[in-house]
Amino acid sequence: MNGSSRKNIATGILITAAVCLIAVGIVTGEQLDVMQKAVNICLECIGVG
Amino acid sequence: MNQKKRHMIQAIATFVQNGWIPGFLKGTIYRGAGKQVCVPGLNCYSCPGALGSCPIGSLQAVVGGSSRNISYYVMGLILLFGSLFGRLICGFLCPFGFLQDLLHKIPGRKVKVPEKIDKKMRYIKYLMLAGVFLLPVLITDPFGIGVPYFCKYVCPAGTLEGGISLMITNKALREAAGFLFSWKVLVLLVILVSSVLIYRPFCKYLCPLGGAYGLCNKVSLCRMKVVEDKCIQCGKCMTACKMGVDVLENINSAECIRCGACVNQCPTDAIVWNSCRGYTNQWWKNYKNRSKH
Repeated sequence: MNGSSRKNIATGILITAAVCLIAVGIVTGEQLDVMQKAVNICLECIGVG
Repeated sequence: MNQKKRHMIQAIATFVQNGWIPGFLKGTIYRGAGKQVCVPGLNCYSCPGALGSCPIGSLQAVVGGSSRNISYYVMGLILLFGSLFGRLICGFLCPFGFLQDLLHKIPGRKVKVPEKIDKKMRYIKYLMLAGVFLLPVLITDPFGIGVPYFCKYVCPAGTLEGGISLMITNKALREAAGFLFSWKVLVLLVILVSSVLIYRPFCKYLCPLGGAYGLCNKVSLCRMKVVEDKCIQCGKCMTACKMGVDVLENINSAECIRCGACVNQCPTDAIVWNSCRGYTNQWWKNYKNRSKH
C-alpha cells in the first residue's frame, strides 16, 4: 500500500469519526446549545461584556 | 485557478455567510434556525449579517456552559470541514482571511519576519487552540460557567464583524463599551496594520481554527502533490508561496492555505490537486488492479 492510499484511508476514518461525533452531538441536543448562544448578541465576542 | 477567481470566491463566501442585510440596518442579529449550524470559517455569530455560527465561538459556548465539558457536535463539524478541505477553507471561505488578503494588496513596503522568529510564532495558534478547548472548562465561576477567553480577549473578527458593525447602529451597545472594547479594538488595529506589511499574520500566528484545519491538511480529501517526474526544481513555487511553505519538501504542510499561487507559477504543471475525483479514480484503479490479480 502506497502513501497516498494510506492517506485516503486516514481521510475516510476522519470523515467517519466526524460524522459520528456530529450524530452524538445532535442526539444530545448540542445544536440547540449552539443556537441558544448564537441567536443572542455575545457581549464577550463584541468586546462589551 | 488564478488569484482573481479566488478573490471572487472569497467575496461570495463572505456575502453568503453574512447575507442578513436587515441586521446591518437595524443593529440586531439573525435569530433563525441557521444558527444551529457552524460555518467553516472564522465568522462571528454576533455579526449583524451572520446566518450561521462561528465554530470557535460555538465550541467555547458549549464547553463553557455548566452542563457539558466537551462538544461532540462542534468538534465533529470542525473535524468534518478539516478532513474534507483542510486549510482550503482559510484560502477560499474565511471572511477574515479575505480581509487580510485585501489589506496585503495595499502597495508599499512588505516585511519578511526572520525565519527563526516566524517558525516559533507559528506555534502560538496551537496554544490558542488548546486554550479554546481547555480554558472555558478549567477556569469557571462558582456556577460552573466558563468565559469564551479567545472571543473575549483576542478575536479580531468578533470586534470587527460583531462589535463595530453593531455599534454603528445600536446606541445601547455604544454606551456599554468600555476598557475591554478599547483593548479589542487595539488588537484588531494591530492585526489589520500588520496585514498590510505581513501576509496574513492572524492566520499564520494566532488563528485557532487555522491551527485545527492545519492539523488535517496532510490527510484532507482536498490536498496537493508534486509530480516528481515533471518537477524541474526551479523553485518558482517557493517564491510564489506567501505562507512560507516548503512546497517541494512538504506541500501539504499545516501552513498551506491552498491558495494555488504555487500551481499558477509552476512552468511544468508539476503541482496538482488531489481532488475528490483523483481519489475516486485512484480507488477505481486499485480496485481494477486487485481484480486482475
